[in-house]
Amino acid sequence: MHYPETREAMAALVQPQQVHRDLYISPEIYRLECRHLFSNCWLYVGHDSQVPKKGDYYTTQLADQPVIMVRHTDDQVHVLYNRCPHKGTKIAIDRTGNTGKFFRCPYHAWSFKTDGCLLAIPLKKGYEGTGLDQAEAGRGMTPVGAVHNYRGFVFARMAPEGIPFDEFFGDSLSSLDNMLDRSPAGRLEVVGAPLRYMHKCNWKMLVENQTDTCHPMVAHESSAGTAVKIWESMDKPEGTPTPPAMEIIAPFMSPYEFFEKMGIRTWPNGHGHTGVHHSIHSKYSEIPGYMDSLIAAYGEEKAKAILGENRHNTVYFPNIMIKGPIQQLRNFIPLGADKTLVESWIFRLVDAPDELLARTAMYNRMINAPTSMVGHDDLEMYERAQEGLHSQGSEWVNVQRLYEEGEDFDEEAVLNGTTERQMRNQFHAWLKFMTAGMPPSTPRGKGATKEAAE
Amino acid sequence: MTETLTATKVAVTRDDLIDFVYAEARMLDEGRFDEWLTLWATDGMYWMPLEWNQQDPILETSLLYEDQFMLRLRVERLNGARTFSQKPKSRCLHVLNRPDVDLIDNEAGRYKVVTRMIYVETRLDEQFELAITATHDLAWQDGLKITQKRVDILNCDAAFGNIQLLP
Ligand SMILES: [Fe+2]
Repeated sequence: MHYPETREAMAALVQPQQVHRDLYISPEIYRLECRHLFSNCWLYVGHDSQVPKKGDYYTTQLADQPVIMVRHTDDQVHVLYNRCPHKGTKIAIDRTGNTGKFFRCPYHAWSFKTDGCLLAIPLKKGYEGTGLDQAEAGRGMTPVGAVHNYRGFVFARMAPEGIPFDEFFGDSLSSLDNMLDRSPAGRLEVVGAPLRYMHKCNWKMLVENQTDTCHPMVAHESSAGTAVKIWESMDKPEGTPTPPAMEIIAPFMSPYEFFEKMGIRTWPNGHGHTGVHHSIHSKYSEIPGYMDSLIAAYGEEKAKAILGENRHNTVYFPNIMIKGPIQQLRNFIPLGADKTLVESWIFRLVDAPDELLARTAMYNRMINAPTSMVGHDDLEMYERAQEGLHSQGSEWVNVQRLYEEGEDFDEEAVLNGTTERQMRNQFHAWLKFMTAGMPPSTPRGKGATKEAAE
Repeated sequence: MTETLTATKVAVTRDDLIDFVYAEARMLDEGRFDEWLTLWATDGMYWMPLEWNQQDPILETSLLYEDQFMLRLRVERLNGARTFSQKPKSRCLHVLNRPDVDLIDNEAGRYKVVTRMIYVETRLDEQFELAITATHDLAWQDGLKITQKRVDILNCDAAFGNIQLLP
């Protein structure tokens, strides 16, 4: 199936209650997403605690684009395409390092300041009179369109022009704020390497799963249900401590009613979260000394308000989620229509007791590792769906649970926790940012001329 | 030799330790998981670090750091009727190098065995191999019991799909 790069062609794929399967399985739609959607949105790059000193860098991918996040001599964090302007060689390939005051390409030793500017070329007289200063190669390493460091979280928009950061995220930043405010110092630090989990499925399946509250008690019965059964069958003399697995895994087995009542909130531009009123994180045990340190930092009222929020999963469109009560961020990096690398990062709450970090690390490995029993069943569902979508049984994927006539995604809304409104919100944003730079339709006759020429 | 026996009552030999490691691998390969659970000390931990030379299993992410409750959950889940990712079931094979016995302390009843091996896991049309180093810390508790099994994967920093059985 060939798609013209027009609003008309894209709009035909997104209906109010269903979306076309090509959003998940078409390599061409994936290429268009890379060129348009991921370029027009603000994507998460990394955390500035990964590059604490000048010259520190971190290499990653924004969709299909390799980039370097680096701390420049002015202490600002810059994001550059990881490509030498000369022959295309990747400038850095280790995941982290320190490059000093400049990058030096290992192929021909062209060097660049850490903001990307060309610094020096060996035997430069060979370019005298050739107009290198006018050439693209003479401009140095290309920076992404725009960078915004929000309280340590670094986001980038690849397109040079487009929606500003504050407008893109709006009030959804309250989830990030809550995660940060859980540190008495208001600061987070990345801890260790991320879990890296390869999924043979489209990235949108992972994003949708974050607010899919009708799957845990079904898909995760084998882990959460079995955990509950074992615990109930065990001899428990008084004082037997509850195993951590019960606190973390068992809540997945909560009944539908629990998820209905937890609520879902959607924000404009595809962001949203589950767990408005309570969540699977609400009943975690108290950590001695933690509340006191929060009260000392914020006063009692604000401290209680911070811990009173138990948002479950917050989706930041297009492709990350965070868990405030757990201090976790998952990055769904789209590597192809049917290939997604999931990185699960954890953070230390600066000045908070270590027990919180211990719980965060435990959650990460129990739920999101390639060795996790919960992860196994999720991935099994995504991969079966990726294969099943190729069947001719239907061309459409259904997203109509609790659909309401005339939904306005530009308005914040709080609804029943089992609604698929957040999924619909994501597809609404998908269409908006996919087509922001596309013409409404193919000009009359142009397609025909092109075909005739071919 | 006879004197040592009467002095400590326990005389675990190098061969006993090597046999133990082979027997453990065979139980996993043959899916004898309930029997496998009896090899563990009640406070035994199965640790699979995420990072090369990782020292801290608590305050950093690991692939696995599981107590006996979690291991039992794992085993019962593998046998469960609604374990969708195990329909059909995976199979595995441990191909062992000769284990190195790094510690025999019969007086304290403490032992350490380090084994390099290739771990193979398969399901449907997929098969993958991991090069691993397994470090068994064993204690004498009316028989040899595992107090910690540490599994270091050579490419621990690579992205993996599902690893469903136990290396
Ligand atoms: Fe799930």
